[in-house]
Amino acid sequence: MTLQLPIYLDSSATTKLDPRVLEKMMPFLTNEFGNPASRSHGFGWTAEAAVERAREQVASAVGCDSKEIVWTSGATESINLAVKGAALFYQDKGKHLITVKTEHKATLDTMRELERIGFEVTYLTPETDGLLDLTKLAAAIRPDTILISVMYVNNEIGVVQDVAAIGNLCREKGIIFHVDAAQAVGKVKFSLADLNIDLMSFSAHKVYGPKGIGALYVRRKPRVRLQPLIHGGGHERGFRSGTLPTHQIVGMGAAFELATQEMDSELPRIKYLRDKLLTGLQKMEEVYLNGDLEHRVAHNLNVSFNYVEGESLMMAVKDIAVSSGSACTSASLEPSYVLRALGRNDELAHSSIRFSISRFNTEEEIDYTVKLLQEKVTKLRELSPLWEMYKDGIDVANFEWSSHDTQRDVILH
Amino acid sequence: MAYSNKVVDHYENPRNVGALDKNDAQVGTGMVGAPACGDVMKLQIKVGADGIIQDAKFKTYGCGSAIASSSLVTEWLKGKSLDQAQAIKNSDIAEELELPPVKIHCSVLAEDAIKAAVADYRTKNSK
Repeated sequence: MTLQLPIYLDSSATTKLDPRVLEKMMPFLTNEFGNPASRSHGFGWTAEAAVERAREQVASAVGCDSKEIVWTSGATESINLAVKGAALFYQDKGKHLITVKTEHKATLDTMRELERIGFEVTYLTPETDGLLDLTKLAAAIRPDTILISVMYVNNEIGVVQDVAAIGNLCREKGIIFHVDAAQAVGKVKFSLADLNIDLMSFSAHKVYGPKGIGALYVRRKPRVRLQPLIHGGGHERGFRSGTLPTHQIVGMGAAFELATQEMDSELPRIKYLRDKLLTGLQKMEEVYLNGDLEHRVAHNLNVSFNYVEGESLMMAVKDIAVSSGSACTSASLEPSYVLRALGRNDELAHSSIRFSISRFNTEEEIDYTVKLLQEKVTKLRELSPLWEMYKDGIDVANFEWSSHDTQRDVILH
Repeated sequence: MAYSNKVVDHYENPRNVGALDKNDAQVGTGMVGAPACGDVMKLQIKVGADGIIQDAKFKTYGCGSAIASSSLVTEWLKGKSLDQAQAIKNSDIAEELELPPVKIHCSVLAEDAIKAAVADYRTKNSK
């Protein structure tokens, strides 16, 4: 088999639609175009049956009742609905919320917005391995804490939080617990039936499903109530109005079903590839793994190549599609806030690359990636004054840099 | 980030990478930027008895446009007097490389590196 370039190793950003999922979606993009809310004819009934079957598929993949699944446009909307919806509904009980600094922006920006309208938010710092210390969480809880939001799997470093223990703590204290599980489905085995989780956000396109569709789990026993954000025809029991995109929903159902069915066979293979990649990269000096390796999903690898800047490295390895925590890849010119929250220094944050392996990657692709990285990191280090200093025995971290603020001044003007 | 062909060319085939002996009286060294900001440039010039820059070398830690900016100035510096070198403006670099607005600071850093290297040479040779 010949190697196809570029190689896609960015499956935490999005995944390729599985052809088997597309096949299930196609009829609803063509002949079966009915509106699931149409109750007066067969077009509507067919669409409604497909939507409800998909709801069952999603519910069974995550271990809940299908009545607890609300369709949304994606995990960002689910998170907004969960966090804002619960905060607004329960605000008479208290106005304090807790989350973690390494959460996705969908959660952090939602929290910021709630702060703007009078809520108070505690942002916990994780340990240097990316994991949350439960004693610190317990200590942050106040009598007026109404909601805690923690992601299951981190999108940048892939670490898995102990949501079971956090859930028990929340239940004991009578606090609503929301989990952003966008990166967890098909990667971590769990069942909502065994967990004290009240709200959970899902996305289809991280699991080989289509973009533009997600879901929110809203617990019924004990019942969790939300103030809806989108008003209209009262779809989804009033939680989220708007005509349902039947084809997208069918795709999400099929994708979730496949993900849970294939997890047992797929994850060991993906883990083998990830470990091979890590071993290959660690043959170079000054390569650092970001985040805990043990409590981590199988497909994620986030490493920093010290003394090489992330964006220039990505330019050098354009045959592979990856993400970087470098400032230069973001509009803000700040390095990854996730790596900063782990206490990584700026240099290592700037030098980080995230590899995320999918079910479609091959061993040949991983071998190619290792070879390419070894070659390009060596080349860029020959170009790097920091590498030269390191080799000369100069302590780069404690060196007195002269014009530290030059570029930021320039950016502001 | 969509870069111009010139940036890509300098990035893929950087000119004058390397180091000159910083203890040589004929050599001026400028190091600007900081790792925390994501860019560090080290620029060195070797000045002849006639006051003309004979050689220039660089090493840069930074994004593609930082590498390209420093590579470009090493080409421009050769054959210039110190005054001519100091007259190079960041806007000249940005224009030549067609840098996007968010990357203008890379050209500023390159201009700073030239000034630092010239200043170092002058300090060394002022006695």
